[in-house]
Amino acid sequence: MKAPAPQNKRAWSWRSRAARGLLYQALALLAVAAGAGFLAYNTQQNMQVRGIQSGFDFLGQAAGFDIGETMIAYDPSQSYGRALWVGVLNTLRVAVIGIVLTTVLGVLIGVGRFSSNALVRGLCYGYVELFRNVPILLQLLMWYLFFVEVLPPPQAAWNLADLFFLSKGGFSLPAPVWGVGHAWMGAGALAGIGIGWWWRRRVQAQFEATGQDRNRWAVPSLAVVGMALVGWAAGGAPTKWSVPEQLAFMVDGGISATPEFMAVLVGLVIYTASFVAEVVRGGIQSVSHGQTEAAGALGLSRRQQMRLVVLPQALRVIIPPLTNQYLNLTKNSSLAVAIGYPDVVSIANTTLNQSGRAVECIAIIMLVYLCTSLGTSALMNWYNKRVAIMER
Amino acid sequence: MNQKLSRLALGALLAVGALATVPAHAGKDLEAIKSRGALVCGVHSPGLAGFSAADSQGKWAGMDVDYCRALAAVILGDANKVRYSPLTAQQRFTALQSGEIDVLSRNTTWTLTRDASLGVHFVGVYFYDGQGFMVPKSLKVTSAKQLKGATVCVQSGTTTELNLTDYSRANNLQMKPVVFEKQEAATGAYFAGRCQSYTTDASGLASTRGKEAAKPDDHVILPELISKEPLGPSVRRGDDDFFAIAKWTLNALLEAEEYGITQANADQMKKDSKNPGVMRLLGAGTEDTGKVLGLDKEWAYRAIKAVGNYGEQFERHVGPKTAIGLPRGTNNLWNNGGLMYAPPVR
Repeated sequence: MKAPAPQNKRAWSWRSRAARGLLYQALALLAVAAGAGFLAYNTQQNMQVRGIQSGFDFLGQAAGFDIGETMIAYDPSQSYGRALWVGVLNTLRVAVIGIVLTTVLGVLIGVGRFSSNALVRGLCYGYVELFRNVPILLQLLMWYLFFVEVLPPPQAAWNLADLFFLSKGGFSLPAPVWGVGHAWMGAGALAGIGIGWWWRRRVQAQFEATGQDRNRWAVPSLAVVGMALVGWAAGGAPTKWSVPEQLAFMVDGGISATPEFMAVLVGLVIYTASFVAEVVRGGIQSVSHGQTEAAGALGLSRRQQMRLVVLPQALRVIIPPLTNQYLNLTKNSSLAVAIGYPDVVSIANTTLNQSGRAVECIAIIMLVYLCTSLGTSALMNWYNKRVAIMER
Repeated sequence: MNQKLSRLALGALLAVGALATVPAHAGKDLEAIKSRGALVCGVHSPGLAGFSAADSQGKWAGMDVDYCRALAAVILGDANKVRYSPLTAQQRFTALQSGEIDVLSRNTTWTLTRDASLGVHFVGVYFYDGQGFMVPKSLKVTSAKQLKGATVCVQSGTTTELNLTDYSRANNLQMKPVVFEKQEAATGAYFAGRCQSYTTDASGLASTRGKEAAKPDDHVILPELISKEPLGPSVRRGDDDFFAIAKWTLNALLEAEEYGITQANADQMKKDSKNPGVMRLLGAGTEDTGKVLGLDKEWAYRAIKAVGNYGEQFERHVGPKTAIGLPRGTNNLWNNGGLMYAPPVR
């Protein structure tokens, strides 16, 4: 029997499949919106009846509580909004530094599982199995306990040449006092990176034209360091350093990392790196061994095989699950509240208690994590598109 | 993780609970308690010895707990008909607002903001407290004013954080707070030496020192009290009848001490006493103080029989003879130089 002729898509009818589809979608959307609206209205209504105050106006009121570690200037007479912002920055600090360190450690461990050395292979395997199978909260508590039990009290900090101090109060080290010269220095370093990039393009062009290769690292590194120095000198050559010093109950000055911060960072990095290592291993294994052999037959060295043939293909497999791990790290940082690190959850908890605005504070926490997660995945999706196979 | 989930769940519960219940009319909470046959009482998590703490058999005891037992005896006729719901500092008000508990009896400070904006009523004061500092003896500190630049461990979700900040600013001490979600994490960090000082209400300090310190004598509680902390139970708004009963249960326990009625002699005094005040309180004469509260005549008698008068509770749980060893001080009756003063039960 002959199949019926396909429907003409342009012919509009209420009985067409397209129209029905549209109708169902509209109805579903309406139902969801109505449900959400009803929930919001009812909550509002009942809170009013019970005399529970609501709204986001409290964000402008003075917070009144102090925060142990802040990246920006903060004092208790400033607003709840400012306090929450301090918390957001503290969360981002853990997340950003954590993601960088996790990537480095995870890739090392992941590649280590292909090592020809049985000991390295075994250690990497053991690392992955140990750390990914112990709950993260337990690991955080363990690291925190390690920092506060083992280290000496701040009155008797371990110190190295009166410059570096390590104690239960944290790790302090000298830091330059910020001046205009440092901005110039940064600008100089950026210019150096530009020069280095231009140099490497030239070397690449020459290599492709003549087959002659030159060292690709020496000149760019020299350019970065040199330009930074020039910028620093042009900016008035600031030399003032803030050096930590021992006070009665603490070590003050310089820059410092509290044991809470260190425990959160170390715990998250070590935990997440075990997952990243598996992602990397899977990515590398997905490139068939024939590719490596073919590259070898072309005369590429083992490093070149990895860098030019295997990794570019493995990255396509690695990036999407790696993004998941980055998101996990960011979200797991909310467990920091258990060991006293003032992240956004901790600050929001305090705010919730002082102001009584439970619904609002939970909404803020959700919004913050939603924004950071969406931001991270947007960035990673962009990178994923770049390394994806370009099919022509 | 569990903690976090339960807090989120509470937030959601507030929304759903708000959805499920109809707007308030008088008597609904009281009705719910009676039909349930149990009073749900919010107590301290993880437990604060002397106020509300569970023993190894899971039996709750302490001053906070005694209040709930008295209230259950008044309403349900049986002090054992209490269901305990352990709450952290952060969960407590949400749990009360959402109807998860009937009464919050968890050494909670009565402040204007809490009274006016959280949808709760404070029933009264059963303990006059103040915030203090505990430090290791080895620091050789004798006054909180010497704690310049010190790191201080503190639990989040309490008035403690604000008082600490105020005190530090007023005296230019630049103290650094390390804020923990759970009390045991805060005290654990203090005992490990992360902080030079731990701060909370003086009663809490005494309780922690007595029960958690490896050697209680190694720690001193500094003499400064930096805040007023009137602790008392609270109930949800919307049921004035229940609020009144909760209020007068507390007053009755105080007045019992004034009249010298104890758990032991209540029966005998009920039989023999010719003092009209005693007779009124115990429901011995013809006067019926319970009627206006919607209760029977012997409501206060049952409360006293169940937990004893206020002074007895104090001595039993936190007094000088216990491990906590608090002096009666401001918590004495008004006619003994303290602040405890109950409006007349008549």
